[in-house]
Amino acid sequence: MAGKTIVITSGKGGVGKTTSSANIGTALAMQGNRVCLIDADIGLRNLDVVMGLENRIVYDIVDVVENNCRLEQAMIRDKRYDGLYLLPAAQTRDKTSVTPFQMKELVGDLKEEMEMDYVIVDSPAGIEQGFKNAIAGADRAIIVTTPEISAVRDADRIIGLLEAEGLRDPEVIINRIRADMVDRGDMMGIEDMIEILAIDLIGIVPEDEGIVVSTNKGEPIALNDKAKAGEAYRNIARRIMGEDLPMMKLEKDNFITRFKKLVGLS
Amino acid sequence: MKSEDKKSKSVAKERLQFVLVQDRVKLTPEEMDAMRDELIEVLSKYIDVDSQKIEMDVKREDDMTALVANFPLKGSK
Repeated sequence: MAGKTIVITSGKGGVGKTTSSANIGTALAMQGNRVCLIDADIGLRNLDVVMGLENRIVYDIVDVVENNCRLEQAMIRDKRYDGLYLLPAAQTRDKTSVTPFQMKELVGDLKEEMEMDYVIVDSPAGIEQGFKNAIAGADRAIIVTTPEISAVRDADRIIGLLEAEGLRDPEVIINRIRADMVDRGDMMGIEDMIEILAIDLIGIVPEDEGIVVSTNKGEPIALNDKAKAGEAYRNIARRIMGEDLPMMKLEKDNFITRFKKLVGLS
Repeated sequence: MKSEDKKSKSVAKERLQFVLVQDRVKLTPEEMDAMRDELIEVLSKYIDVDSQKIEMDVKREDDMTALVANFPLKGSK
């Protein structure tokens, strides 16, 4: 079976594209897939630090397209999973350093020559050149949004742009949702957002302090089997692979659940 | 219900739906209002439209985006 290229995008910045890319890639590798993560945010690279691989960068994506090195020389092997790689962005160049055509060729090579099952492209924020590059080689798109007007509005705009580029049926991850706020009527719920955006939901990720801790350490939260957000990303990976899993029940962060955690009941 | 009693979630949803109508049809608020007024004018030639209760929304469906407008008739329930 040929590999799939999935672009992770959002329009708005700061909603969790890079965190989602790192965790989806890691969780897919945990399922035994060969995965290459591409950081398409040239000039503002960050997927390397979220993955904890920043010390290993020698070459980057621009070196590959400019033939300064071979593709496999720029691919950084993950510390934890043999089948997981990162192709880092260049930090001292800009979005025009790669063209959509070059991107298409690159993901093609990763799927065919490098035999990747999944290529995950972390898109930069915005709708300009960097976004166009990121979606160029994609077979499938996942949009990350949060329960805020600005993020959902931008997600809606991205859905329109993806469809115009022929990337049909994008799916959405609703990130950083807080059940307690939804329940008291201070945050849009999953159904509200899905109804408005009219696209399929591929996962919900609860707000989790553990994300900050895992990013501090450079260890994706998908590796943590106790974290709710980790479980959410592992579920998303299994849905990407075609499994039909029910959506996670959102846990309320109230006194009782905190007490249960404290005494080890959940 | 007074406006301050309204949950911020409903406010967000309404505001979002409003901006998305404009984003999706790519019209400015002025153009939207003008279209709405002209529609009322045309429809009023034939039917008794209750202009206070008109709802206009742009919905995305499977293969298309559609302008869905609701023009309740006066005196109807």
